[in-house]
Amino acid sequence: MPRPPSASTPLPLVRMQGITKRFGRVTVLEGVQFEVQSGEVHVLAGENGAGKSTLIKILAGVHTDFEGRIEIAGRPVRPRTPLEANALGIAVIHQELSLIGPMSVADNIFLGRTPTRGGLVRDGDQREQARHWTSQLGLELDVRRPVEQFPVAVQQLVEVAKALSRKARVLVMDEPTSALNAPEVAKLFALIESLRQRGCGIVYITHKMEEIQRIADRITVLRDGRWVGSAPPAELPAAKLIQWMAGREMSEQFPRRAARLGQARLSLEQFSVFPPAFSGRAAVEKVSLTVHAGEILGIGGLQGSGASELFWGLFGAYGRAVRGTARLDGQAVRFSCPGQAIQSGVGLLTNDRKASGLVLSLSIIANATLAGLRALSPLGWRRPAREREAAVRVTAPMRLRAASLDLEAGALSGGNQQKVALAKWLETRPRLLLLDEPTRGIDVGAKREIYQLMDQWTAQGIAILLITSEMPELLTLSDRIVVLHRGRVTAELARSEATPEAVLAAAMGQIQRQ
Amino acid sequence: MTTTQTELEPGASPGPRPTATWLNPEFLASPAVRAFIALVLVLLVGILCNADGAFFKPGTHRDALRQASVYGILACGLTLVIISGGIDLAVGSLLALVAVCSARMAIHWGWPGWLVVPASLAVGLLGGGLAGVVTARLRVQPFIATLSMMVLARGMAKYVSGGMKVSTAVLGADGAYHSVPVPALFRSIDTRILGDNVSVVTLIFLVCVGAAWLALARHRWGRYLYAIGGNEEAARLSGVPVVLAKTCAYAASGLFAAVAGICQAAQEQQGDPEAGAGYELIAIAMVVIGGTSLMGGRGGMGLTLLGVLTIGYLDKILSINAVPEAARLMLTGVIIVAAVLTQRRARS
Repeated sequence: MPRPPSASTPLPLVRMQGITKRFGRVTVLEGVQFEVQSGEVHVLAGENGAGKSTLIKILAGVHTDFEGRIEIAGRPVRPRTPLEANALGIAVIHQELSLIGPMSVADNIFLGRTPTRGGLVRDGDQREQARHWTSQLGLELDVRRPVEQFPVAVQQLVEVAKALSRKARVLVMDEPTSALNAPEVAKLFALIESLRQRGCGIVYITHKMEEIQRIADRITVLRDGRWVGSAPPAELPAAKLIQWMAGREMSEQFPRRAARLGQARLSLEQFSVFPPAFSGRAAVEKVSLTVHAGEILGIGGLQGSGASELFWGLFGAYGRAVRGTARLDGQAVRFSCPGQAIQSGVGLLTNDRKASGLVLSLSIIANATLAGLRALSPLGWRRPAREREAAVRVTAPMRLRAASLDLEAGALSGGNQQKVALAKWLETRPRLLLLDEPTRGIDVGAKREIYQLMDQWTAQGIAILLITSEMPELLTLSDRIVVLHRGRVTAELARSEATPEAVLAAAMGQIQRQ
Repeated sequence: MTTTQTELEPGASPGPRPTATWLNPEFLASPAVRAFIALVLVLLVGILCNADGAFFKPGTHRDALRQASVYGILACGLTLVIISGGIDLAVGSLLALVAVCSARMAIHWGWPGWLVVPASLAVGLLGGGLAGVVTARLRVQPFIATLSMMVLARGMAKYVSGGMKVSTAVLGADGAYHSVPVPALFRSIDTRILGDNVSVVTLIFLVCVGAAWLALARHRWGRYLYAIGGNEEAARLSGVPVVLAKTCAYAASGLFAAVAGICQAAQEQQGDPEAGAGYELIAIAMVVIGGTSLMGGRGGMGLTLLGVLTIGYLDKILSINAVPEAARLMLTGVIIVAAVLTQRRARS
């Protein structure tokens, strides 16, 4: 059983107790406790959305309106800004590094507290100190060079140097190895070891089972915003850890109609994707899978699994940066732009409707007809009446709550925006829908409605590839599940075999033989 | 307005209501109403400060419209570009290049109008299209791409004209200047019709407004421009041909600059390589004062028409009241900022 943090241990560097945080009516953390000892690597584990980042943001002074207490070395504190948290000795090394690319390493390390004399920067001093801190990390580099000229692994070390130079006692690392190769990871772990020996406390967030077992001194598991337990790794073998992370009651079952499978709609063979942001590395490696007409194939995976990149690559959103074969209804296809994919009857609902899904400044009609506009205006001249008709036709089954279809999409609630984003793809009469987090950030009622719609679409013979970070959703909606870990398939599960534990274990990199 | 199939959510409609009443704050917040109010305010100033009735003479209005027309034609093209989220600084220089080219063709070479017009338009189209390719295909920032085109086109105007105005005083074989007649094309553009009440350039301007309105409001391409300006990534992922649509916007802007260039040459009866300097900024001000967002995605030709009239009339009213140019420029600057500030408050 989970044990409460014992009171007999020496005073922790940080102790958080009874932390509760709400966003509007949604409670994302409830009564969570967490502590970090000096010289300890404390792994914070949990599924996507378990509340790990929120907890860290509270510690780092990003979220300030929360309930509960934070003590640093026994003294109650309440950091109100990231700067204050820094001053208290807390440093967070984010996944997206917070360095300023064109500025030199030294400038970055001393950003915001540049040594000056009479208002002028003492460059020599700054360089010397920067060299001192980087060499402490075994880093031999020219601190005058722009930080963007170094590989990500080095940039991460520069972040650590920055943290150390600020006398940080607690370092929070949020998935620090996601962009590193194996030797770089080994170096990072050596560094963590040396930081631990100096008496720093490390909070380490990861989705990789292997890393947890390698470096954790203690593991705390969060699930759905609640504290599940803390234990040393010896008491928490992989199976038990996964049970802690996944062991939720399936409260709300959604009755998915038994699928009537048709022909293979899409089959991928050895499909790899190389997104531009990955600078040559594959985000998806040699993935093979098949989805049939009328089927929902769920794609399981945690952050960094490559599932979204698989969708984008397939859809032609990365141009030709893909390898392998994709067959749509038996025909080999290779889309070099989204327009081609749309013409072939493929639709992609992205996981961020504000950034890449909708044009918020355009009306509902304009958004709903944007992907199908070519067909609606064959000679180029638009026919507003036909567009309205089409928009009404696709939004009617969705029970869209809007005073008028002429409203800007930006004026709608999240759930209704999501329906408009879905309507856009339905309007193109697709054969295959790639749905990336179709229910992200919307309320329960709208979720159920979207589940029902997906059920209807598959009944009409549309094939759906579904990414969702919500385990119950994945398990109840999918007819089959393929699990990805770092771009590779680690499991393929039939509906009957799919348990939260099996999916999670595969998502954390444990390959399962069938 | 309301469609039957959508569920009504009583009392919670977030945007402007379909049935707006006067003085309803939501109604007043719409950009079209704000731009209209700005124009009415300017006209009120004209009625109050009518310079002993000069404001009420038809000729004043005819001249105000004529003087605003060349800027207005540029503003038509700029509206397309700005809605797509870009900017075009090259239109003033392209105007000069086309003015010089058309003057050479019409005056020096004696080409007929039916040949001069398409050839001149082609020059503008190519210049704008080149800037479009550089910004849309090669991904150079629009500011830089069109700034380069602005300098390039100015240089070409000076090259084509030999650095001098291309006028009807032509250097003959005997070394002396002869005056040749103004080409028919220029004369026909620089006239007034409908009982001397409307200038031909004003008509050309209105035709340009109509063409740009058709493209923006009734053509697929226009919808693409709004989508690109509103969210380029979402547009791309919806299958919008982003590169082509953007390139065409700059090409169209060059085309409108060419129309303005022909009008300018006709009115001046010469091709001046120094013409049009700073016109791009006045045209941008007209677009912005109308309420089209420089961030892209919002706006329209109707708004630009209101903006053109507002600045055009403002300038005319200040000039009939004999406000010196120095004060006129300073006042115009202040008024542009004031107008944009009120629009920003409306959006937030």
